[in-house]
Amino acid sequence: MKPVESNRPMLTALRIRFGAGNAPANAAIEAAVLRSDRFRQAREGDWRRLDILIGRLEAGRLRGLSDADVLDLPVLYRGAVSSLSIARETSLDEATLAWLEELVRRAWFQVYGPRQTLVGWGRGFFGGGWALAVRAMWLDVWIALAVMVAGGVIGWQLVAGDPHWYGVLVTLPADDPRIVGASRAALRGVLFGHGQENFLSAFAAGLFGNNAQVAILAFALGFGFGIPSLMLLVQNTGNAGALLWLYHGQGLTWDLLGWLAIHGTTELFAILLAGAAGLHIGRSMAFPGQLSLLDAASAAGRRAAVVMVGVVLMLVVAATLEGFARQLVENTAMRLAIGGAMLVLWLAYFYAPRRNPTRRA
Amino acid sequence: MIAAARAADDANSGIRIIVTPEGISLPLTLAGRGARLGALVLDMMILGLVMIAAVVALVYLAGDLAHFAGSKAQQSGARDVMQFLEILFVIGGFLLHNGWFLFFELGPRGATPGKRMLGIRVAARGGGPLTPEMIIARNLLRDIELFLPLAFIAMAGVGNGGAAGLAAAGWFALFAFFPFFNRDRLRAGDLIAGTWVVETHKRRLLPVMSLGAMWPAASAASVVLDPQPYRFGDAELDIYGEHELQTLERVLRDNRADTLAAVAAAICVKIGWTAPGAAETRPFLQAFYTQLRARLESGMRFGKRKADKFAR
Repeated sequence: MKPVESNRPMLTALRIRFGAGNAPANAAIEAAVLRSDRFRQAREGDWRRLDILIGRLEAGRLRGLSDADVLDLPVLYRGAVSSLSIARETSLDEATLAWLEELVRRAWFQVYGPRQTLVGWGRGFFGGGWALAVRAMWLDVWIALAVMVAGGVIGWQLVAGDPHWYGVLVTLPADDPRIVGASRAALRGVLFGHGQENFLSAFAAGLFGNNAQVAILAFALGFGFGIPSLMLLVQNTGNAGALLWLYHGQGLTWDLLGWLAIHGTTELFAILLAGAAGLHIGRSMAFPGQLSLLDAASAAGRRAAVVMVGVVLMLVVAATLEGFARQLVENTAMRLAIGGAMLVLWLAYFYAPRRNPTRRA
Repeated sequence: MIAAARAADDANSGIRIIVTPEGISLPLTLAGRGARLGALVLDMMILGLVMIAAVVALVYLAGDLAHFAGSKAQQSGARDVMQFLEILFVIGGFLLHNGWFLFFELGPRGATPGKRMLGIRVAARGGGPLTPEMIIARNLLRDIELFLPLAFIAMAGVGNGGAAGLAAAGWFALFAFFPFFNRDRLRAGDLIAGTWVVETHKRRLLPVMSLGAMWPAASAASVVLDPQPYRFGDAELDIYGEHELQTLERVLRDNRADTLAAVAAAICVKIGWTAPGAAETRPFLQAFYTQLRARLESGMRFGKRKADKFAR
């Protein structure tokens, strides 16, 4: 397979480009007896160049790549693919075949690999990918909301019927004043008058406390067809319902609501979304529809993962509000206003119509 | 029928064929469960070392602060600084613990340092591109698969134990043995994310076989003069197929004198020749290899393949 000198430069260029030419003028080539070995020798230069380029890409050393390298990469890749498919039908050189196959595999991972950096993905995420994923699981969000409301009502009703339930639903440290029969002043003392405490430690405690753990658990338990997620949601709001009953008895309903709402609209929304994400996976596994079980689970899982990244961010916002704003704002009306504003903000972000829907789901 | 048998064999041996957009089939080997466990252990060890280094640095810093703080105001200031550093440490630990896998698996190698050391990487199931959502999903599940049940087991051990410990152990076992109960060795996170873990190999391109350079220096001169010192007839070459040829290739590339002699003797018995002397073993095998390969490859060009010596 010697390069054919032609007076048609286009043809020569094509020959060189696609491997038939480009044979190095090397005395060793003449020594190769077998036709398939001469095939390899004629293309080895291109293969090795691809090998070097792929090695640089893998190591993340993109600065070492020139414009010519970047332009040639797809051509070299296709050349190697073509060489491999020919070699498989014409060559019995096992070592060369294995090496070439590995080269094509590595190149395939780079050429068709992750197209997005974390930063690029983040831009798409905030630009609408997150809201799109939330909207895609609307049914699960409604179910989770219904379950949470039901949990709150059940918590209230149970404690209203028999106050012994309070101890079951609300687990508190031993010296916590929020017990059945506590005085109005004691209950009020929990809600107000913490302006002098260290903000940062409260922030950290809120962030790494119960909430993130509950949210991740609610999501992950979706693996059990979503039922554990729902139980977790009920348990969580049942607790809030019982607490609300306790404060209602002392006429502090709105004060407690304000105390909860300032961060709770964000936090409960996050837990709601986490539960919905878990339920989304569980539901898609129980009812995969037209897809296979594995395909349905992975499609739902990827959507849920996007929502969960958002949930973690929402919990950070909630912890900030809990740690700073709740300590600084000692006024129920203001607390309710901040909580309400956050809720409107989240709803608008997720559900307001957008002019430019994102390309990625 | 052979194709069906091969497919069944591949299903068990962990080889999965993907087809690239160019239409070429590429075999991927699923990573072994042991390699994956090893990679996880390595990653956790590296993470642990980083955390220990951070703790040591914090302790030294605390010692220095206590040393310099004299007055009461300074002591209170030093305490605030320490509290800030502690919170920074907790947040840093959270980010490190969650970001480590995300950062490295999203990189061009698709593997954490532990995975890289053991030659495995994450890939999208079925051969699509690997997306950030997949990586996030598979790593979110890691928490409930591993860390949460282990924490529960630890807590149950301290407390009243019994039923809680058993439940946590059952939970842990359910996810730990998940890869044993499906064909593609998926853990729960892989199932949710649509990924699997495959082997990567580091290979070197070995020299061309039918080249003078492959021949030992002693016989190089005679090769140049007479490239085919031995001639084999069609009947003599027909006793072997591709499998035997590739075995012979490995023997020649390994180049161990005793194996070469044994193989040469076996071939000579088969074709009824007298075995060559020690110095002539390699040239003999080289010639046999080259002529057998030439014959089999010329058959291939006409669509005739001979898998092994039993094939007709």
